[in-house]
This record gives sequence, C-alpha cells and structure tokens, in this order.
Amino acid sequence: MILLEVENVVKQYAGHRALDGVSLTVPENSVYGLLGPNGAGKTTLIRIINCITAPDSGEVRLNGKRMTTADVQQIGYLPEERGLYKKMKVGEQALYLAQLKGMTKQDALKALKYWFEKFEIQAWWDKKVEELSKGMAQKVQFITTILHDPKLLIFDEPFSGFDPVNTDLMKREILELRDKGATIIFSTHNMETVEDLCENISLVDKSKIVLQGNVADIRASHATNTFVVRSVNAFEANGFELLSQTQKNNIFESTIKKAHTESNNSLLGALIQKTEILSFEELLPSMNDIFINTVSR
Amino acid sequence: MSKISLIIKREYTTRVMKKSFILLTFLTPVLFAGMIALVVWLGGIKDDKMKTIVVVDRTHLYKDVFKSNESYAFEFTDKSIEDVKKQNEKDEHFAALLYITGDLKTDSSAATLFSAKQVNMELKSYVAGLLNKYIEQQKLASYNIPHLKEMVEKSRTDIELKTIKWGENGNEKQGSAELALIIGMISAFIIYMFIVIYGAQVMSGVVQEKTNRIVEVIISSVKPFELMMGKIIGIAMVGLTQFLLWVVLTGVISLAVGSFFGGNVDVTSLQKAGQMGMQTMPTNAMPAEMQTLITALSSLNYVEIISLFIVYFLGGYLLYASLFAAIGSAVDNETDTQQFSLPIMLPIIFAIYAGIFSAENPDGPLAFWCSMIPFTSPIVMMVRLPFDVPVWQIALSLTILVLSFIGTTWMAGKIYRTGILMYGKKVTWGELLKWLRY
Repeated sequence: MILLEVENVVKQYAGHRALDGVSLTVPENSVYGLLGPNGAGKTTLIRIINCITAPDSGEVRLNGKRMTTADVQQIGYLPEERGLYKKMKVGEQALYLAQLKGMTKQDALKALKYWFEKFEIQAWWDKKVEELSKGMAQKVQFITTILHDPKLLIFDEPFSGFDPVNTDLMKREILELRDKGATIIFSTHNMETVEDLCENISLVDKSKIVLQGNVADIRASHATNTFVVRSVNAFEANGFELLSQTQKNNIFESTIKKAHTESNNSLLGALIQKTEILSFEELLPSMNDIFINTVSR
Repeated sequence: MSKISLIIKREYTTRVMKKSFILLTFLTPVLFAGMIALVVWLGGIKDDKMKTIVVVDRTHLYKDVFKSNESYAFEFTDKSIEDVKKQNEKDEHFAALLYITGDLKTDSSAATLFSAKQVNMELKSYVAGLLNKYIEQQKLASYNIPHLKEMVEKSRTDIELKTIKWGENGNEKQGSAELALIIGMISAFIIYMFIVIYGAQVMSGVVQEKTNRIVEVIISSVKPFELMMGKIIGIAMVGLTQFLLWVVLTGVISLAVGSFFGGNVDVTSLQKAGQMGMQTMPTNAMPAEMQTLITALSSLNYVEIISLFIVYFLGGYLLYASLFAAIGSAVDNETDTQQFSLPIMLPIIFAIYAGIFSAENPDGPLAFWCSMIPFTSPIVMMVRLPFDVPVWQIALSLTILVLSFIGTTWMAGKIYRTGILMYGKKVTWGELLKWLRY
C-alpha cells in the first residue's frame, strides 16, 4: 500500500532549480530515508510535501489523492531548523502547538500527559524553554511533532543535538511509531541510522534523485564482489584476486575479490580445498560508501 | 477555536501578562500626572532666600522707591562702584548692585544693574517694575491735572476676545482654538507613538520567530498569512488595551487629584460639569477665562474624537504594522532591520511634522492633502478633528486608508511568506520586489 507519492516535482527559484523532476513513492508503514548533501533540495522537497511551498509542476498525492492543505493535519513535521518560543513555558507551548494542529484542549492535555510521563519530563511542564538544554528542547519538539497521532511523520535531521543515549531512545520511539502504523520519512546525513532504520531511500543530489530503492537491494547492487575470509592457513590467489592477508592469533584474515562471473559457491569451493575456512562473508559497501561514491561521481 | 484566534490569543496574553507591559501601563499615567504636579509645584515655590541689592544712587532721588521686604533687602551707599565690587568679592553679601547715574524721567537708560552672576529675570523685572511705577507716577503728577491718577486707573482695560464658531445647523458654539490645538496634538502624538511602538513590536516579534526557528514548525500547521495577521491583530489589541487603560486611569487619577485640590482645577470634572449644562454651575463664582475654558471643553465632541481616534489608530497601525512584519520576515536579526525600517519611519516622522504645521492652518492645502494620504492621514487628521472637519473628508480619508491597508497587507503577506523561510541571506530591495511576484 502506497501512502505518499511525489510525481515529477519541479521547483524553480530565482537563479536556480531546487528540484528537477523528483519522483518517489513511500510505502505505508515503513521508514523512508531522504538522503543527500547539503543544498541538494531535501528541505525544499519536504516543504512541498508539507504544502509550505507549492511546486511549479508535478504533484504530491496522499493515499492516491492530490494533497491539499487540509491533509497537512495528518502530517507531523519536525523541521531541521526548529525552535520554540524561549519565553513560553514548556507545557503551555506544547499545548499551543497541539491546538494549532487542530487538537482540542482536552485531547492535547491527555496526550501530553502520556508522552511527558513516558519520557519522564513531567517536571519540565512549568519551566521556561530558555531554561532547557538543546537536547531537552529537542525532546519537547519531538513530542509536539507526534502528539496529534499523524499518519505521516517527517523528521528532518531528528538526531542532531541528542546524546547517544537519547539518540537511541529516539530511534526506538521511531520504530515503535512505525509498528503502531505510522509512516516515517526522515532526512539525515547519518548513514548508520539509515542502515538501522530505513527500508527504502532516495538519494537527492543537485536537485535530482540519483539513487532510489530498498536499502538491502541498493547495497547488494553496489556489491564489489569482495569477501572477507577467515582461515586457519594462508593461501594464495588462484582464479580470484587476493587484496590483503593478515595474521592475528594464528588466524588468517584475507580480503579477496572474485571474478564477476564466478558464483559465490564455486569461490567457496575453491577455498575449501586450500584450507580450513572459519568464516566467509561478503563485504557489502556501507551506505556511507555508496553515498560518497554516488554523490562525488 | 480557529487557528488565527489561537495565534491572536497567544500574542495578546504573552504580551499583556509581561511585567513590563503592566508596569508601563499603570505607571505612565501616574508618571505623567506626577510630572505635571512636579512642574506646578516647582513653579509654585518661591525662592525664599533674602536677596540684598546695593543701591548706588548718585541723584539721591529714589530713596523712597526701594523698600526692603521679605524677599529683597535694599542697602544704600555712596561708595564708588569699584569699592563695592571689591568688597563683594570678599564677602559676596549682595546679589546685585543698582547704579543710578541720572534723572530717569529724562534719561530712561540712566540705571544699570551689576552683578557677579547673571541677573535673574525675576529680580530684573522687580527692580524695573518699581522704577517704572515710580517714574510713571512722577510724570503723571508733573502734569498737574486733578484726579488724573484715578482716570488712568479707570481707563485700564483687558479685552477678552471670545471666539464663536457657526455650527452647521445655525447654532453658535463657543470654541477655543488653543484647546482644540492641544487636544488635536495630544491625540496625534499618541497615534504616532502607538504606530511606532507597536509597529516595532510586530517587527521584532517576527524577527524573533525567525531567529528562534519556530516559524517553520508553525508554518506546517497554519498559513503564513494567518500567522502574520494573528500577530498583527493580537498586538493591536494589546495597544487598544493599553490606550483604554490609560484613558480610565487618567480619568481616575485626575478625578482624585481634582477632588484633593478642591475640584475646580482638573479637566475631567470641568468637562463633566460642562456636559451637564452651564446652568447648574454658579457662573458668577468663576472668572471669565475659566468659564470660557469649560464652555470650550464641553463644545468638543468627545465621542466623535475618541471613536475616530480608535478608527484612525487601527487604520494607521494596520497600514504600518504589515510593512513592519514584512521587514521582520526579510532579515535574519534585529540589527539588520534598520536599513529597511528607515523608509517606513520617514513618512511617520513626516506625518507628525505635517500635523504640527497643519495645526496652524487646519483647513489649508497641506492639512487637507496630508489627511488624505494614507501614510500621514491617521496623524494629521487627528490634529484637524477638533477643528471640525467636513464629514465627506473624514469618509474619503478613511476609505483611502482602508483600501491602502488592504493593499499593504496583501503585499506584506507575499513578502512575509517567502521571507520567513529564508535564512542566512542578505536581502536587498530588489529581492523584496521579486518576492512580490512569487
């Protein structure tokens, strides 16, 4: 089931084209990564999905229907450049933002109570925002984003400002939200979190999508036919390339590259004849490598 | 609750609950009343230090003129001026030295006042007055006409020129040009102040939302135009609240002060008395000027002035506030606002000067045109109002004002929409124009 479709969106600003024929589909109930270097057009795309700016051409569909400003109620958006009113109290402000999203006061209070208890931050309710640390403020912002139980959540760099403990907490919360039925789009530079969280990604570079698809498929398709082999004895290259070989505690660790045509099994078969194999693992490129390779190409 | 009213409510309550607002609102009338009281009080204090004046009278004609009293002591001496001066350098015992060299009847410049410091006006006019009176009497006496003195006394006159304006339906109103001027200038100045103060608040509010980076969070829930209008309307309500509180507080304070000082001096009770009708007042008990003042005060149409004040305040404020909001949205921090706010401040400042000059000729071409141009009309029209402006002029000026603020708000909305999401970019005037076409 497809929740969100972006079709052939073009956005032109005076002087430069921020988005050039961008299309993507976000399946329901999944985590979708929107990657790309700074200035690639991610934020513009997110703003268009949020109906903050309108595309020059192309369209955005939610549940198969062209999106209108009324649909924005179903989106929870945590912008990269985010802030709160410094002089306002935390509780008051969370309530205000929830009401702006269309929640009634009673519903908002109930939901806030639940989340404040869950994050154990009830004591902050009457504090002014300026008294909070950056990480604390981020938590409050996270709550105000998800409070109205939106179908679609858009997080722009959600983990900036969090320490590792809280980053982990947020990751767990995001996965929990997905399990409860939400669809999540998130934009980040942190490729490790992409591998951890995302099922699908789009890589935007210079206003265009340069790479798109399932994370596992992408990694497999970028495979370099390289394997890491741990063995009892050393061996020499034979029908494959030996890139490196090191010895540690009587175990040899070798990186080998097979010919494109050869199958994994025949490679393994050839190795077994030479030595006792302890482990044999394909070396898949990390998302980080793929990102850097694709963008710098 | 609709979103825009939520925004208005937030803008209003956060500002009204601020300590600075409460302090300013309640202290300003007190300070104002206090300042007036201080001036009156200081003016009332007499310098009670005895001042000595040494008189060197070469003619010996004026010994009887100068009699010591509780403020001034006169000492006569025949010493040379140099001696007196030298002596004074040692003990500084006198304030001034009066030196008379000839008969003042024939030579009116024969008297000089010396002193170490600048002679103050009071002393100078006191001495001159004594001499004048004496010489006048001497001259009159020299004509040798019987009862001349009494005849002169009787012929003294003090004309009170009443000003009466013909009203439209033929009745005559007794007006006071001075009073109209004062009321016009005060209301014009308050509008000027409110536009500047609250316009600047709108601007800094927008800049803060932008620098705090909260704007993008809110923009995902409400339209930028709603956010801008919510802020403008919320702050307008803060301004009105402050104005109404000032009206009430000033009334209460002046009533209290008035009853403390015996009632007749303060304006509010006069005004009430005037409205109740002159018959109820014991008219013969008051001096003529007081009567004129009361009649003049009661001749002004307060309901009209106050309601038009509110209308012009709102019109002028809305016109300027949206422009201030547009500027706030275009810049990244408060210091950058200056280059853009100058062109907006100029017409406001021009308006207050135009208002001052219009007061001299409230029906002249400057006054007329400036009360039609929307950027100056809220201020200039307030100056003209107490002088009775034709209804068609008020209607025309208000129509132009309303149309213009709809225009500026629309323009500002376009600039605002683009501006609030722009970060880290130095904006130029050309760029602002481009945003209008997005």
